[in-house]
Amino acid sequence: MKRIFSALLFCAALVLLLAGVMGSSAARAETRDLILATTTSTQDSGLLDELIPLFEKSSGYFVKTIAVGSGQAMAMGTKGEADVLLVHSPAAEEKFMAADSGVHRQLVMHNDFVIVGPPNDPAGIRGETSATAAFKKIAGAGALFLSRGDNSGTHAKEKGVWKATGLTPDGQSWYQQTGLGMGQTLNVAAEKKGYTLADRGTYLALQKTLGLEILVEGDPLLLNVYHVIEVNPGKWPKVNTPGARAFAAFMVAAPTQEIIRSFGVAKFGSPLFFPDAGKPEPSGK
Amino acid sequence: MDLIAEGIAKALALLTSFDPEVLGITLLSLKVSGTATLLSLLVGITSGTLLALAEFPGKRLLMSLVNTGMGLPPVVVGLFVTIFLWRNGPLGFLGILYTPTAMILAQGIIATPIVTGITLASVQNLPANLKLQILALGATRPQLVWILIKEARLPLLAGVMAGFGGVISEVGASIMVGGNIKGYSRVLTTATVMETSRGNFDVAIALSLILLLLCFVINYLLTRIQQRERPR
Repeated sequence: MKRIFSALLFCAALVLLLAGVMGSSAARAETRDLILATTTSTQDSGLLDELIPLFEKSSGYFVKTIAVGSGQAMAMGTKGEADVLLVHSPAAEEKFMAADSGVHRQLVMHNDFVIVGPPNDPAGIRGETSATAAFKKIAGAGALFLSRGDNSGTHAKEKGVWKATGLTPDGQSWYQQTGLGMGQTLNVAAEKKGYTLADRGTYLALQKTLGLEILVEGDPLLLNVYHVIEVNPGKWPKVNTPGARAFAAFMVAAPTQEIIRSFGVAKFGSPLFFPDAGKPEPSGK
Repeated sequence: MDLIAEGIAKALALLTSFDPEVLGITLLSLKVSGTATLLSLLVGITSGTLLALAEFPGKRLLMSLVNTGMGLPPVVVGLFVTIFLWRNGPLGFLGILYTPTAMILAQGIIATPIVTGITLASVQNLPANLKLQILALGATRPQLVWILIKEARLPLLAGVMAGFGGVISEVGASIMVGGNIKGYSRVLTTATVMETSRGNFDVAIALSLILLLLCFVINYLLTRIQQRERPR
């Protein structure tokens, strides 16, 4: 009996210890932790690795970056499970704002989407200036197209382009959905020699291993805009409002914008993102 | 093939230079999965032994549930732990989502049925009259349980290896409840996924090799212990 008793005592002590560990991290979570839900492109391109440490140093907050698609990031915001969002899906963002889920939506930066594909270009879209015309040619040729299929900002943009063509690619044998992030989808497209729509930042970051080429670019429809949104504390009292405010202010501050402007130039020969803070909202969405 | 060679070279470079980030990721993997395995041993060996020795209605059903749990998909565990730990979820007051503590919890849940199932099988596999013999020698019930666990230690160590192997190689739950946060909750598996999607295949291969090496070292040590204690 004695042994069982001491075993029970030991278990109780362990539970108390664990509770202590959890309790202390909970206390910290209240004040200094900031959950940033963002798109994969800001992480996969390496931009956040550059910016987050600077923000943490200057503000004292500890940023928990959760890199998911823009769709999931906004879903987290809608549930109050994130404090601040950095996303690129303007139409969905406007719905998010209209539903009162967020406050202070601010323009941060842009780059553009590009249509990439294998160098031999079976659908013959190279040099096409209109994204819709290129998509129509891909559909007409029945050439393999890889879609993100994950409600990310890129997927939303791709669906927008398909909508503009008047075609419904869903269910077609040449249209496949990966359900993966941008980097992984580019890898799948490279392996299967298919076309895909990618943000320029992620494409440039992965270019060296892909063997895919930019075939269509420059259509105003392909503009890719990033906003920072603070999750509405009125709806979710547990949201770290001062932290979210500080992060948003950091993203649009002049020194940060300067870092965004020069990010990637040394490595890729051209900038990955163009700072936009304070500029008027672009219209091509 | 070049890629794999590059990966091996990169792994050697990262290992020999003691790259602080890779070292931190490796130590965290070890810490999270090690703690989770210890917790699962505590719960799993206790409940597995009890389940093996006790007789009660519904025992077969419970045993089938444990055996099903041995194949518990990590993403399912990850999803449910995430939902429970959300700020506005039932356990949100703990405030541990996206922390290593949450990863320990999720991995512990994954490893516990594995350890329980193997404990159950190994205690049941002991010769039937061993129990009678021990009782006949005048052992109390706790003494009986203790002796049986000691007798079953060889397969139990296999349970430790299976549990640890299951969680250190797991990625779905870790990325969901840990968030893969740099320098905080990034472990070898989640870092490998991220480096792959970044197209840094050489780093991804290097991390994989470090993971394999780590698994090998741990299992080598456990096997040494297991075989040393083998009754001859």
